[in-house]
Amino acid sequence: MTKDVVLDHVSIRFGSYTAVDNAHLSIQGGEFFSFLGPSGCGKTTLLRCISGFVQPTEGRVLIGGQDMKNVGPNKRPTALIFQNLALFPLLSVAENIAFPLEVRGVGRKDRRKRADELLEMIALPGTGDKKVHELSGGQRQRVAIARALAADPDILLLDEPLSALDLKLRQHMRTELRAIQQRVGLTFIYITHDQGEALTMSDRVAVMNAGVIEQVGDPKTIYNRPRTPFVASFVGETNSIPGQVVAQFGTTVTLQTPLGTLSGQSGGGRDHRPGAACLLFIRPEQLFTSGSAPGANSFLADCEAEEFEGSVQTLHLKAAGLPLRLCRMNAGGLTAAAPGPGALTIGYDPQAAIVLPQGADADAAA
Amino acid sequence: MNRAIGGGLFSLGYALLFFLFLFGPLIIMVITAFNSSAFPRIVPWECFTTDWFGVLFANQRLMTGLWASLWIGFAVVALSVPLGLAGALALSDLGPKARAALYGTLITPILIPGVVIGISTIVFWGAVARGVGAGYDSPFFNGIFLTLLGQVSFIASYTMLIFISRLQRFDPLLTEAALDLGATPGQAFRRILLPFMKPAIGSAAFIAFLASFENYNTTVFTILSGNTFTTALASKVRLGTDPSLSALAVIIIALTLIGAMVREAHARRGERLRRSGPSGLYASPLTRTLVHPATIFVALAGFAAFLAWQGSRHDASVCRANILREKQEMQERLLREQQERMHRLQQQAPAAAAPQAPGNNPSPFGGAFNPNTLAPPASTIPAPAAPPPASANPSPFGGAFAPGSLAPKQ
Repeated sequence: MTKDVVLDHVSIRFGSYTAVDNAHLSIQGGEFFSFLGPSGCGKTTLLRCISGFVQPTEGRVLIGGQDMKNVGPNKRPTALIFQNLALFPLLSVAENIAFPLEVRGVGRKDRRKRADELLEMIALPGTGDKKVHELSGGQRQRVAIARALAADPDILLLDEPLSALDLKLRQHMRTELRAIQQRVGLTFIYITHDQGEALTMSDRVAVMNAGVIEQVGDPKTIYNRPRTPFVASFVGETNSIPGQVVAQFGTTVTLQTPLGTLSGQSGGGRDHRPGAACLLFIRPEQLFTSGSAPGANSFLADCEAEEFEGSVQTLHLKAAGLPLRLCRMNAGGLTAAAPGPGALTIGYDPQAAIVLPQGADADAAA
Repeated sequence: MNRAIGGGLFSLGYALLFFLFLFGPLIIMVITAFNSSAFPRIVPWECFTTDWFGVLFANQRLMTGLWASLWIGFAVVALSVPLGLAGALALSDLGPKARAALYGTLITPILIPGVVIGISTIVFWGAVARGVGAGYDSPFFNGIFLTLLGQVSFIASYTMLIFISRLQRFDPLLTEAALDLGATPGQAFRRILLPFMKPAIGSAAFIAFLASFENYNTTVFTILSGNTFTTALASKVRLGTDPSLSALAVIIIALTLIGAMVREAHARRGERLRRSGPSGLYASPLTRTLVHPATIFVALAGFAAFLAWQGSRHDASVCRANILREKQEMQERLLREQQERMHRLQQQAPAAAAPQAPGNNPSPFGGAFNPNTLAPPASTIPAPAAPPPASANPSPFGGAFAPGSLAPKQ
C-alpha cells in the first residue's frame, strides 16, 4: 500500500535560525520524489521532520491524510535510510535486516526467512551471517535498503544514501534504486545534492535553497524551464547573460545585453516591465557555432580553450568580456576541425533560453 | 661499539632496577609468609612453614570483615553501574551549557577527599534519621548501609567517567535508526545501546568493585563500630603485624595472576579467531580446547588447590622445636656469661659496684635481656608445643571484640 505525504505550510526553526521556510507541497503515493539542494539548504531537516525526529514549528505533516503531530518515529509508516546508513555494527547482516521484525515480536524462524528473502532481492544471498564490516560499501548500501524494506513502510526516505560511494557504483546504484522502487511500488522520498541523481531517478524534483522550496516539477521542467535564477544555475550547467528588458510579446522577452539584442522565454510566465534588470540563461548545449554572419539572436565570441571528453566537446568562449560555455556532441562534423581562437558566430534557439528577473526568489514557486 | 655495549649494559641494569623496584616488595612479602619467624622477615630464616595461612583464616575479625567487604563490593557494583550509566546518558543528551554544569557537579565526589565524604555521610544520614525519628536500630545507623551509600556517592562518578568515554564513540544515529525501524525507546536501548556499552559495563563493574573493596578513608568512618576487610587489616597493622598479612598477600597475588592469565588467554583467543580465523594453536580442536580460557582457569585453580593441600599437610613443628631449643640454649649461654661478668665486677669493685649494679647501671642487664632476643622465647616457654604465632597474634584481641561489635548489627 502506498500513502501520500502532504507538507502543509511547514516551517522549522531552531532558535532564530530558519531551517525550512513554509514548505508546502504534496507527494503522491508510489512516487519517486527528490529534494535537491546544496548542503545546508534544510532538506535533511525536512526529511527528519517527515520521519518524526523533528517537529515542525509551524504547519502540519500529513501521511495518508493523517496528521503526524505527536506520532513518534517508531509509529510512523516511514523508514529512513541514513546518510551513513546507520547499520548496527554488533549485529549480523541478517539480524540487521530482521531488526524491524524483531522489535515487532516476529519469531526467530520467520525473521530469518524474511531476511533471506530480502537478501535474495538485493542480490546478496548467503551473506546473512556476515558482520556488517565485512561487506563492501555498495553491499552495505543494499543491506540498509533491505532493512528499511523489512520494516514494511509505506514511505521510504533516503538521505543521500549514495554520497559515500564511488562514481561507478553510484551510477549502478541509481538504476538499482529506481528498479527497486518500481518493483516494490513504494513512495520514495530522496534527498540529494547531486542533480544527476535527482534528474535520473525522480518522477518529480523539489529544488531547495536556504530553507525555501524554489521549484517543484518533473526533471525535464526543472531543467528546461527553471523558475528562479537559483534553479537555473544549480541544476545543470548554464550561461547567464545580464541585460535590460526592451519589450515582451506574449512569453517572448527581448533584452538589451552586452552581446546585442537577444530574446528568450519568460521563466515562470512572469511579465517583465521594460527596463527591468534580467538574466538570460542559455544551456551550453543550446549554443551552436554558425557559419553565417551574426544576425538575430546570435553574436560573436572568441574561443579560448577546448575540452574534449570523448562523447562531448566543450568550448570555453568569451564574448564582450563574458565567459560562456558551449557543448556539442562528438558527431560527424566535429572530427573535421575544432574552431581555433578567433571570432566565431554563436547562435541559439530563443525557445530554449530563459529570461528571469535578477534577484528573483521563490515567489513564483508553486 | 663500546658505546653500544655500555648502552646495553646500562639499559639492562636500569631494567633490572626498575623491576626490582616494582616487584621487590612483593617478592619479599611472599617469602616472609613462609618464614616461621613471628615478625615478617626473611633473615634470619627460621623454618619453612604454612602456619600463617591458618593463622590468617583463624582471625575472626579479618574474616567477618572480608564477608562485609564482599557484600558491600557487590552492592556497590549493583548500584553504581546503573547510576553511572544513567548519568553518562543524561550528560550525552544535554546541551553544551547544561552539560558543563552537570558534569562539574557529578564529578565533584571524586575531587572531595574520602575522609570528608565519610564524615559527611554519617552526619547527613544521622540528621535524616533524627528528622524521620528513626532509632539506632534503623538502617541510618547501620555501618554497612552507610558504607554502601558513602562509597556509591563517589564510585558512581568513576563508573560514569568510563561510560562517558565509551558513549563518545557511540553513533546516536543508531538509536534513531532503531526508533525509525519501529523499535520503542526501551527496545532501542536494550538491543542497540546496551550491547555497545557491554565492555564498558564490565570494566566499570570491575573498577567499582576494586574501588569499594580497597577503600579505607571513607569506610573507616561510615562502617561505625563494624569492620570491613580493609579497616580490620589497618587496625591489625596498627596493633602489631605478623606474617599472616604476608599470607594474605600471597593469596591476593595468586588470585591476580590467575585472573590475569585467564584474561590474557581470552583476549588472545578472541583476537586470533577474529583476525585470521582458526589457525596455529587454534586450528586443531585439541589444542584449541587446551588454550581455552576455561581450561586454563581450571588448570591454574587446580594447581593452586594442590599447592594449598600440600601446604596444609606440611608440619614445621620439628624444625620449630629445634629453633626454640637453639634459642633457649643461646639464652642460657647469655645468662651464664652475664652472671660471670657480674661476678668479675663484684670481685673488682666489691664496695662501689655492688649497690649500683641493679639500679643505676642497666647496661649489663640491657645487653643480655634485649627485648628482641628475649621476647619471643619468653612467651613461648610455657607452651613449647603450641605454635608461637598463635600467642603473638593480636587475634585474641580481635576475637574478644568481634562478637561485641557484631551484636548491634543483628
